[in-house]
Formats: sequence, C-alpha cells, structure tokens
Amino acid sequence: MSTEQQNRLSVFKTYKLYVGGKFPRSESGRVYEVTDSKGNWLANAPQSSRKDARDAVVAARKAFGGWSGATAYNRGQVLYRVAEMLEGRRDQFVREVADADGISKSKAGAVVDAAVDRWVWYAGWTDKIGQIVGGANPVAGPFFNLSTPEPTGVVAVLAPQDSSFLGLVSVVAPVIATGNTAVVIASATSPLPALSLGEVLATSDLPGGVVNVLSGKTAEIAAPLAAHQDVNAIDLTGADAELARDLEIAAADNLKRVLRPQAVDFTAMPGTERLTAFLETKTVWHPTGALGVSGSSY
Amino acid sequence: MALSSAALSSAFEYAPAPESRSVVDIAPSYGLFIDGEFTEAADGKVFKTVSPSTEEVLSEVARAGTADVDRAVQAARKAFAKWSALPGSERAKYLFRIARIIQERSRELAVLETLDNGKPIKETRDADLPLVAAHFFYYAGWADKLDHAGFGRRTADGHSGANPRPLGVAGQVIPWNFPLLMLAWKIAPALATGNTVVLKPAETTPLSALFFADICRQAGLPKGVVNILPGYGDAGAALVGHPDVDKVAFTGSTAVGKAIARSVAGTEKKVTLELGGKGANIVFDDAPIDQAVEGIVTGIFFNQGQVCCAGSRLLVQESVQEEVLDALKRRLSTLRLGDPLDKNTDIGAINSAEQLARIQKLADTGEAEGAERWSPACELPTSGYWFAPTLFTGVTQAHTVARDEIFGPVLSVLSFRTPDEAVAKANNTQYGLSAGIWTEKGSRILAVANKLRAGVVWANTFNKFDPTSPFGGYKESGYGREGGRHGLEAYLAPSSPEGKR
Repeated sequence: MSTEQQNRLSVFKTYKLYVGGKFPRSESGRVYEVTDSKGNWLANAPQSSRKDARDAVVAARKAFGGWSGATAYNRGQVLYRVAEMLEGRRDQFVREVADADGISKSKAGAVVDAAVDRWVWYAGWTDKIGQIVGGANPVAGPFFNLSTPEPTGVVAVLAPQDSSFLGLVSVVAPVIATGNTAVVIASATSPLPALSLGEVLATSDLPGGVVNVLSGKTAEIAAPLAAHQDVNAIDLTGADAELARDLEIAAADNLKRVLRPQAVDFTAMPGTERLTAFLETKTVWHPTGALGVSGSSY
Repeated sequence: MALSSAALSSAFEYAPAPESRSVVDIAPSYGLFIDGEFTEAADGKVFKTVSPSTEEVLSEVARAGTADVDRAVQAARKAFAKWSALPGSERAKYLFRIARIIQERSRELAVLETLDNGKPIKETRDADLPLVAAHFFYYAGWADKLDHAGFGRRTADGHSGANPRPLGVAGQVIPWNFPLLMLAWKIAPALATGNTVVLKPAETTPLSALFFADICRQAGLPKGVVNILPGYGDAGAALVGHPDVDKVAFTGSTAVGKAIARSVAGTEKKVTLELGGKGANIVFDDAPIDQAVEGIVTGIFFNQGQVCCAGSRLLVQESVQEEVLDALKRRLSTLRLGDPLDKNTDIGAINSAEQLARIQKLADTGEAEGAERWSPACELPTSGYWFAPTLFTGVTQAHTVARDEIFGPVLSVLSFRTPDEAVAKANNTQYGLSAGIWTEKGSRILAVANKLRAGVVWANTFNKFDPTSPFGGYKESGYGREGGRHGLEAYLAPSSPEGKR
C-alpha cells in the first residue's frame, strides 16, 4: 500500500481563466511558469491577451443587468454561498496560499480563514450599504426626494501583487457586493489562488460573468481595460506608481472612476471605502402635492 | 365690436417692468482677491467683462496668471493651519454670517448677476440667490457636526467615524452659467470642512465672485481662507496643476474635465468633476400634458438652456406626440425674450458671443442633418447675444443634436412606443447627469427611475435643486456629488492615527 502510494503519480491541474462563467484557456495560447517562493515550478498559468481582456468585459457587461437588478438580499445570499464553498475548499487554498505567498501552512491557514471571514463580512453589506450612504433629503419645498446608491457598472480590478488570496478577496468582494460586475487581474507572480477562486465562484450560484478572472502580465492586461470605453471604473491596487499613473491617464478618456493604489493592511478591518468607491448616487424627486397651509385638524 | 388679432395681442402687451440698476455699484476696475486684499495681476494683465444683453463693458478685471495662482495657493496654504484648527462651531458662525449677508444683499447680487451673465432677473432673484444663501446655511450647520457625517472612519481599528480631517487647499474652477450658485456649491462645503479655497470664476462672469470677496470681508473671514482669481483657462489649468493644491473641484465641459482627470493622474489630489449632460425628459401618454409642457419648458429654456442638467432631449410617447408638440409650440409662443432686467422676461441673453456661435453652429448642423427646425415668431434685440427658443423634430438618435450637448435653448424631440424603448433611448448617451419622467402612474415612475443611468431624476417636475440633495453625474457627466451630506466627502479625509491630527 505505502509503496503503491509512493509510486503514484499525482494529477496536475491545468489552471484556466474564468470568463463568462466558463473556463477558457487564453485566446493567445500562451502560458507562463508559476513558481513558489523557492523557485519550484507549480503550474503553467494562462498568459492573458488583450483579446481575453475584451472578452471578459463583454461577459461582465452582459452580466451587469441581471446582477445589479437582483435584490440586495439575493446578492447577499449568493455571496454567503461563496464563503460556504471557500470554507469547504479550505485545505486547497491553504496549500496554494502557502506556496504563493511563501508562508508556512499555519500562517496560510490564518490567511485563508481571514479571507473567508472577509467574504462573509461583505456578504452582509449588500442590503445595508443603501441605508448607510443613501436616504431621504429634507428639501425646502413640497417634494419627496430620495438618494440611493447604485453600482457604477463594469469594474476592472488589479488585484494586489503581494497578497494572493486575502488581498484578492478584499478587493473583489466589495465590488460585486454592491451589484457591479468585475474583470479581475490576478497577482502576476501568484495567480493560482485567484484562478482557483474562479472555480469556487462557478459553483456558488454567482451568475456567469459577474466575476471574470484573468492571469498574466498585469500591465499588458490592464492597458486595454483602462482604455476600454465600456469599463466604468478601475481599481489600481495591484499597479506600481508608474503603471498606476499611466492607467489613470488612460482611464480619463471616458472618465472611469479610479481607485488609486494605497498602502493597505489587508489583515485590518476594512471600512466602507471599497464599497462606496464603485457606487453612484441617484437622487429622485417627486412633488408631494402638499395639502396646503391650513394645517392638521388634530 | 370684435378686435382684430393684432389689436387683441397689443391689448394684452405687458408694459416694461425693469428692475433698477441703481442697487448695484460696479467699480470701473477690480483686482484679484488674494490673502484678503484686492491686488493687480503680477503681469498687470486685465480683461473686460461685458453685459451679454447689451455688449456694454461693465468693468475691467485683473487677469490671473501663473504667478498669481502661486501666490493665492500660498496664501490659502498659510491660512489653512489656523482655519482648519478652529473649532467647527466657529467656522459655522462665519458661514452663517456669510449666508445672512448674502440674504441682505440679495437684490444687489441678483441685479449684478443678471447684468454680467445675461440671465433674467426673475431667475437670479427667485432661483439663484435664494439657493446661494441656502447652501451657506446648510453647510454652516455641518461645520460642527462632521463627526456625524460618517467620513472619519479609520481602517486600522474600525473607528466609528469621529474626527475626519480637511484635505488642505481646494482649487476650484467654476463655469459662467450660474456664477454665484456654483461658487456657493464649491466654497460652502470646502469652508465648513476646514479647507481653504482658491476659486477661479469664468472669464465672462467674474463680478459676483468679486462681490463675494467683499462679503467675506464684511463677515470678517480670516485672510487667505478664500481667494478669488478671475481669469481664463490658463489660470484654471495652473490652479488644477499646482503641486500645493490638495483638492480639485471643477464644473464645466466634459472635454476640460477629461483634461483635468489626466493632469491629476498619479498625484494625491482628490477630484470631483461636474460635467456635461444631455438629459432625457420622458413624457408618457398618461402624463398631465399641461404640467409636462411646463416641465419641458423649464427643462430646456431655464437659463437659456445653459444648464448642464437641462432636459435637452424630449422623449415623447408616440400616441401623444402631436398633442404635446402642439401644446409646447403654443406655450413657446408666449415666452418673452428680451431685456434680462425686465421682471417679465422669460428668456435672456446667451452668455457670450463665443457661446452664441457654438449654439448657432450646432443648430445649423441639426438642419443640415435633416432634422426639422422650429422657433416661435420672436424678435431678437439688435445688440447683445440672442438665440430664439428652438425645437428640432424628426430627430433620430444618430443626429448631432441628439448626441452633443448644445448648452443653449435648443430642444431635440424624439419619440418612443414602450417604456423599455424610452429607457434605452434615454440611456443611449455618453452622459448621465439628469432625466425627467412624466406619468401619472407611480409604479412606472419608480421602475423607469430605477433603470435610468443618471444622477438626478425628476419625476413630474424638473430642474429642482436643494442644498440637502446630492447632485452629480454617472458616466461622462463626471464623478463625485455636490450638495447634501455627500457633498462633504470630497473635502474630507478619514481621521489620521492617534496624535497625528
């Protein structure tokens, strides 16, 4: 038995992109070597092309109507379902995170737990953010007037380079919690946890296209996304200062909402900033038909 | 005895009812307002500001250049330390003082604004000035309540929201369509939150901002807290690009907004942009037609259509199109165009010769592309810049007049059959600032409002504003919101770690 096990050849996984609810290889047919922190080969990850980026935007746009139109309660349920699936795959993610981030299994375990908890935290926000940032405005006139937050649309997310899973979850969950759809560029050097997250999302009732995961060279994939006329916002967390500046300039072409990179401690509790960064505020007015000045009879 | 129609119309002519100019005393020349003093531009440059309705030169104004921008930013930086350290309740009192003085001087300011901008006195008196005062009152009250605004969150320990801090020096560039109102939208929240301000009014309408400088003096506002730099686009660009400006606020064209977004890329500057629009005003077949017609008129002819949130695309349900258009044309024939200082005037002058030329060119393009142009019989004054209220029918979504912001009294009429089609057409634009819905059916209002990609939706009303209400656009209409609690966010950073206020 034991000799049999020693001789058994393990089954490798071909890591694939996650686009439109499917798992395509890169359109370009390219891959690149992903290694652990000691330089040991882990897998050949797809090296996404501009075309993959554009396909992902098409998928994200197609999914936007349904996802943004779903009830906040429903979105919360779906997000919570993702946390359930993550918890079930804990061992896989601990292994992948330990390899990706070059940390011990026990530290990786803490990171994965924190990521699952973070996802749960954001799942609970879907039906509360509107109450926190919206409301009735007491206008000086006979009008009823409400401000409500709405998702801004398709958000390109450059996941942090150095936190392959907790950082990834921390930037993806808030984007979709509020009803946006996302095109995510995984950490260039450590993309495997992100590609595995795609597998989790695919089995979590999340409609295809709501999150799309691309791996490859961040700058190469980000450039067409920043310039894309059908992308509404971009989170530059995973860009260095020079790339961030170039992408911000490109994003100005259609006035994308830009979240600039900043030093973030992903282990700390996030505030609402990543939720509100990708929200619009809509104010709707209607006359009240005030009943005159005679006052109440009470 | 029956009266002929000519006799009938003359029988009901209004006598002129001009507002007196004597309430405002315009000096022959004005300087820049820097560090509490009026001063000449460093290079001695000046420009003339004219009254658009008569082309009369009102005054000669110093024209800010790069050196002046630098001087003003330094003054604002110096003033920031003390101003931001004041208790909020003290800042509040300054803002309340300003609000009160604006109320006291509102007649003077209304006449001044009408002279310099060309808009009817009816609008400056009844819309602009009351809103200007209201904005200062509203934000005055926030100054000592910022801990409750919810923007002080600290990421490290999930701190609840206390103690947000101001950003520093705000560089603000405003347009000519609502000179004093845009000033109020920018300055009131900036001061309430403890920032100091360098504001550049538009080159065609610098006067009310300079009068505001005098109001700051009357209110005893510390020197350097508010600086006013009349000037052209070069001064605006220098202000936006100044390395010691922490916050940029701009209202104006989308093209300039994009240039600003590019120029601040890679910096720490926080930016809000209120840009162009091509608002859809959607009239359903069950709408109260007379009210809708009033709303259409307000939507596009208020301030000569020089409004970013104007309802410049009328989407009318096919079954009532004829009825609505007939009523609309009848109503337009009763609008009075002429002397903006006349209290009976509905439509004043276009703000400048350049703007008039732009409107004329776009209207000509509309005709050239095959849309049908209509205006009521309307005599235009011989001097000044004028454009008759204009309708385009037979417009398709591809027409220039349906796509480009005209920023003048030009309405493009399109039709639709179903609510879905109305929403699709309304959203078929690069812009997303405003929209209108006219229907008696409440559920349809909510359903359509929900699907419109616009920052402000007016249902059975149009062009309503209030300081408590966030205003701002989706898509290429810009980012950020002004007004309401949301308007504070652009001027605040989360509280810093302990001891680093």
